[in-house]
Amino acid sequence: MVALIEAVDVSKRFTGGLGSEDTLALAGLSLAIHAEKPSIIAVVGESGSGKTTLARLLLGLAEPSGGEIRYRGADLKRLDGGGRRAFRHDVQAVFQDPYGVYNPFYRVDHVLATPLRRFRLAASRARARELIDEALRAVGLQPEEILGRFPHQLSGGQRQRVMVARALLLRPKLIVADEPVSMVDASLRATILGSLRQLTDEHGISILYITHDLATAYQISDSILVLYRAHLAEAGAVEQVVTAPRHPYTQLLISAIPRADTAGGWLAPDEESTRERLPLSRAGCCFADRCPVAMPACLAAPPGLYRTEPRRAVACVQYQDHPALPRGDPGEVLSA
Amino acid sequence: MRSKMLRVISIDRGRSTIHSEPVRAYVGRTEQLSEPILRVEGLRVAFDHPLGKVQAVDDVSFALAPGERVGLAGESGSGKSTLALAILRMIKPPGRIEAGEVWFAGIRLADLDENAIRALRLAGIALVPQGSMNSLNPVLRIGRQITDAFADHGLRLGRSEEERRVAALLAEVGLSEGVARMFPHELSGGMKQRACIAIAISLRPTVIIADEPTSALDVVVQRQVMATLARVQQDLGAAVILIGHDMGLMAQFVDRLGVMYAGRLVEVAPIAEMITSPRHPYTQALIAALPSLERRGTLAGIPGLAPLLRNLPPGCTFHPRCPQATDRCRIEKPMVRDIAGAQVACHLA
Repeated sequence: MVALIEAVDVSKRFTGGLGSEDTLALAGLSLAIHAEKPSIIAVVGESGSGKTTLARLLLGLAEPSGGEIRYRGADLKRLDGGGRRAFRHDVQAVFQDPYGVYNPFYRVDHVLATPLRRFRLAASRARARELIDEALRAVGLQPEEILGRFPHQLSGGQRQRVMVARALLLRPKLIVADEPVSMVDASLRATILGSLRQLTDEHGISILYITHDLATAYQISDSILVLYRAHLAEAGAVEQVVTAPRHPYTQLLISAIPRADTAGGWLAPDEESTRERLPLSRAGCCFADRCPVAMPACLAAPPGLYRTEPRRAVACVQYQDHPALPRGDPGEVLSA
Repeated sequence: MRSKMLRVISIDRGRSTIHSEPVRAYVGRTEQLSEPILRVEGLRVAFDHPLGKVQAVDDVSFALAPGERVGLAGESGSGKSTLALAILRMIKPPGRIEAGEVWFAGIRLADLDENAIRALRLAGIALVPQGSMNSLNPVLRIGRQITDAFADHGLRLGRSEEERRVAALLAEVGLSEGVARMFPHELSGGMKQRACIAIAISLRPTVIIADEPTSALDVVVQRQVMATLARVQQDLGAAVILIGHDMGLMAQFVDRLGVMYAGRLVEVAPIAEMITSPRHPYTQALIAALPSLERRGTLAGIPGLAPLLRNLPPGCTFHPRCPQATDRCRIEKPMVRDIAGAQVACHLA
């Protein structure tokens, strides 16, 4: 079974200018997305963790410094014209900023009609209109309220849903959604995420949901990858990872989410700022300097990836008694 | 009149504060009486627009006790930030304050002339505006951006005294002394936001208004920044108005919460009560819209869209989106009522 998209030990390094050091944006990560089993995979992490870099690599917008991205088994860099076209058809993107992706001089119809024309998906204008109407309805929009308008006449939530409709129009196999709701209000967030979930359940489209918001990732995704400073920290079934995190970083992330309850204690001076820290070592674990359970061994070598449960892998020495997986490759841990 | 504008520097526990004369006189008095430090009464702000008047803030009243933390929550466009600017008399045309009064430490702000209100901003009421971490001047070192505030408020200090004070302020927000010599691009988001808090507290204000201070930060850094804000606020004994839309953050930080909808304050209650038994249907929806970490599949949005402020629905402005709306809600505008310690503007509460 050849994966639709596969990242094989991909890394990305941005070279520094004169005298400055290189930045490692993503350390060797492997990930396979199969078209046969549509699911939502969330990629979470703080700013600078490498999640957007991963999205750009998978979309072919950036070239990996090491490893390769494969589309149906073939290296993305070496695809011929037809292969590249098929890739552009199968893999769609929804970006963070629902304001920046539109050309303000064109009506919103333009972003919907262009892909249909490019990929010759509609035989006639009437058919094109039919497809557009259908896609807009699928994301909960009324075509008559949307078409013919300029981007500034729509709300942020409507604009973002039009982008989801555009992605849906091409019947892709995978949508890479990079922070699709971080710029819309809490009240609309649910609606847009609901549309994404529907695409997976009803249209069989897989989604790579990139976010810094663990709570929404928990709500809509099936599996999750937690990245920290370019490295994979924890991966697995979302239910397990969020309700019982094992990696100290995932634990920190989840404890830092302010909850709408009256329990309190969230603001209590966290240990992180007062605790004596181990220095960050290049050779060791990238989280050692912030880790509450770090030991000298953490500075000596990077942690392996251990399969603690059938559907979870953790990159932390605490779990070294469990079977080891290749570093950065959670493999089948992610597939249900 | 001239004497009113005179600025007085007082040495207070080794730190000098600066207020225009009337402000200082009243600050001392209210601290003893524990009267509200800030009182807003019937405030209305409108923006004139060719298509009609936009009522951004509509008849808002509330009071802030010294040292209290109050939150203002609501969707984008509900008037939260406009209210903050109106308190500081910073509304620019085509916006205008139509009616209402703001009292700070016993002074009616409308009575102050331009110089006096300039002196009061930052020294009395400090604003950490939305996106302030991105509004730091990119070509000035952080230290200079802090001392700018001293100079602007007529505080002439020697070089070494200035440096000592900048270092003390940076230490207060958990930044090292070296940050004073750094440029904004050398700092992370969390550090920039702390630098903004350092500027906000540089003149020891008694009220700090923080407008979405952590919206661009990830959760771990957000908690650190909020902890910093809580600590400096307690050290100063200052009251805080926190503006935002994250009900989780509100639940963990504020003592009391006001919920705004379409320019009106629709519910004000102690936070514990607001979280456990919200009375206004809009507050209920806001809380339900917060994704749960306990149960999956509970993601709920608020149906419909926020109304256009220049064309508000009649009756209760929330009725088109309200699942419990009755005929009365469609006709009669609900007034704010006191219900067991909470203020609610809803016919059904």
